[in-house]
Amino acid sequence: MSPGESHALMLDRGNLKRRNRVNRLVTVSSTIAALFAVAVLLIVVGSVLSKGIGALSIHFLTTPTGLFGDTSGGISNAIVGTVIIVAIAAAMAIPVGLLVAIYTTEFAPTRIGHVVRFALDLLNGVPTIITGIFVYGLIVIPQKHQSGFAASVALAIIMLPIVARTAQEVLTLVPATLKEAAHALGIARWRTTVRVTLPTAAGGLMTGALLAVARVAGETAPLILLCSIFAPGVLTEPSEGLASIPIFIFQSSESPSPEAHTQAWAAALVLIAFVLVLNIVARAFYARSRKRMGA
Amino acid sequence: MDSSHLNETATVTDPNPESRTSSEAAAGRPGPTISFGAEGGAKSLKPAREDGNVKLEELHAYYGSNHAVRGVSLGFPAGKVTAIIGPSGCGKSTMVRCINRMHEEIPGARAEGKVMLDEIDLYDPRIDIVAVRRSVGMVFQKPNPFPTMSVIDNVTAGLRLTGASRGEMDDRGREALVGAGLWDEVKDRLKGPGTGLSGGQQQRLCIARALAVNPEVMLMDEPCSALDPVATLKIEELIGELKQRVTIVIVTHNMQQAARVADTTAFMLGGELVEVGATDKLFTNPDDDRTEQYVTGKFG
Repeated sequence: MSPGESHALMLDRGNLKRRNRVNRLVTVSSTIAALFAVAVLLIVVGSVLSKGIGALSIHFLTTPTGLFGDTSGGISNAIVGTVIIVAIAAAMAIPVGLLVAIYTTEFAPTRIGHVVRFALDLLNGVPTIITGIFVYGLIVIPQKHQSGFAASVALAIIMLPIVARTAQEVLTLVPATLKEAAHALGIARWRTTVRVTLPTAAGGLMTGALLAVARVAGETAPLILLCSIFAPGVLTEPSEGLASIPIFIFQSSESPSPEAHTQAWAAALVLIAFVLVLNIVARAFYARSRKRMGA
Repeated sequence: MDSSHLNETATVTDPNPESRTSSEAAAGRPGPTISFGAEGGAKSLKPAREDGNVKLEELHAYYGSNHAVRGVSLGFPAGKVTAIIGPSGCGKSTMVRCINRMHEEIPGARAEGKVMLDEIDLYDPRIDIVAVRRSVGMVFQKPNPFPTMSVIDNVTAGLRLTGASRGEMDDRGREALVGAGLWDEVKDRLKGPGTGLSGGQQQRLCIARALAVNPEVMLMDEPCSALDPVATLKIEELIGELKQRVTIVIVTHNMQQAARVADTTAFMLGGELVEVGATDKLFTNPDDDRTEQYVTGKFG
């Protein structure tokens, strides 16, 4: 083929303009979609910020809720209650989720691994109100009263698949060559998991745990069923009812008084801030973990 | 030079103290002692540490139904370097991975036949796989130091199970680094990350890590293919020094490398052992036609 002929093949055959137009269209519309998504986030955060900032103060954060619609109080008991409930849920869900992930990635035969993964995905899709009803029947009815602990159990069930699936993803990212190197040194399998695989995946595992915590911190449906009746003042006993931020938001928003509504927005702001911070920290851990495994 | 005690999983067998020096490796040594596992009787055999002669007898290896290694019988004499050459997919890596029983780690993979380390068949059902790997070490193609550990922790990674004290482990780690020719370069950054070294240094770190466990045999699966020529040269020199201490089996794609480092070379094709002999002879005057075609580059 002569140079002239092969160059002729490269010439525009008329559809170049159309391809460019399609290219521009797709680029522009996907950029708009991305900006839209970010905009939604900014609008949500922005409106919570603007509506709630009026009630946000040190007093608000350090005083317990007033009685019977008294809006002179704050959310200190709700904050303490949320922290206790979520902490107990995390203490239950994170170790179990981690062990499930280790089992399916390191020790289980492939078929069983698939079955467990599927079960976790199903559990992840269960509506949280159903989890709430389940724990209600399991714990609240026999005990004849609500408790923070019942709420923790429900939240732990919700957290479990999130922790386990994220942990699984991260553990499978650990390069097989590292595990091979450990085995070739005569290091037993469980020791390889503890000394090599887990430390290498640690950043990503932390991410999974933090994201699960961020997710359940605001779960309201189970709390309504399991932990919405509680005594006034700052309570710390999980076998009794505890206050919580989502319940505070729910109850305040049902009140007729506008001050209560503003307080609901302020509590929502505290919750969003907490979730945002957790997410940012989780991403930072994940980035560090990726860097280590790529090395 | 090396005076460390062999402190194998001390809970299990009577400690078998022994020192390896280059003169001892050359001298005759008493036969192997077979020691039995803690749970009484013949539950687990740990290969004791003597000369380090490896012999494959009718070794077959499969990946599912794929017959990757076909009836290979081959000896690797102690104190020597044997190279395995052959085109891609001929089964050389598979065969070598059968020696330290890493082949069966792959799901669906199995091996048949005998792999004799001195007088013990490593495929005897009573043998403890983990102990095999402490007698037969391996270095991989791509350097793979543990990213979460420092240099010194990497080197002593294989030792941490023996219950040795921190001081003893550090001593053995230091000896291994000296043996791998890496000590001078890392002595000031023992606590630094293992992945902070250059590619060639990382590979020597992996060699030190394998040496620290005091194996009798060292398997090297294309150890220089990911390295630059300068690093490659350093490792080839290292192989020359190490062969008195460990029996070395090196898989290589690079025929010139085999010619440089190996005493004996074996040529494999299609899962079979075609020819084995002194390196000089194999490259200049091979017996088999196929060998001649491969070494002269008619196929690769």
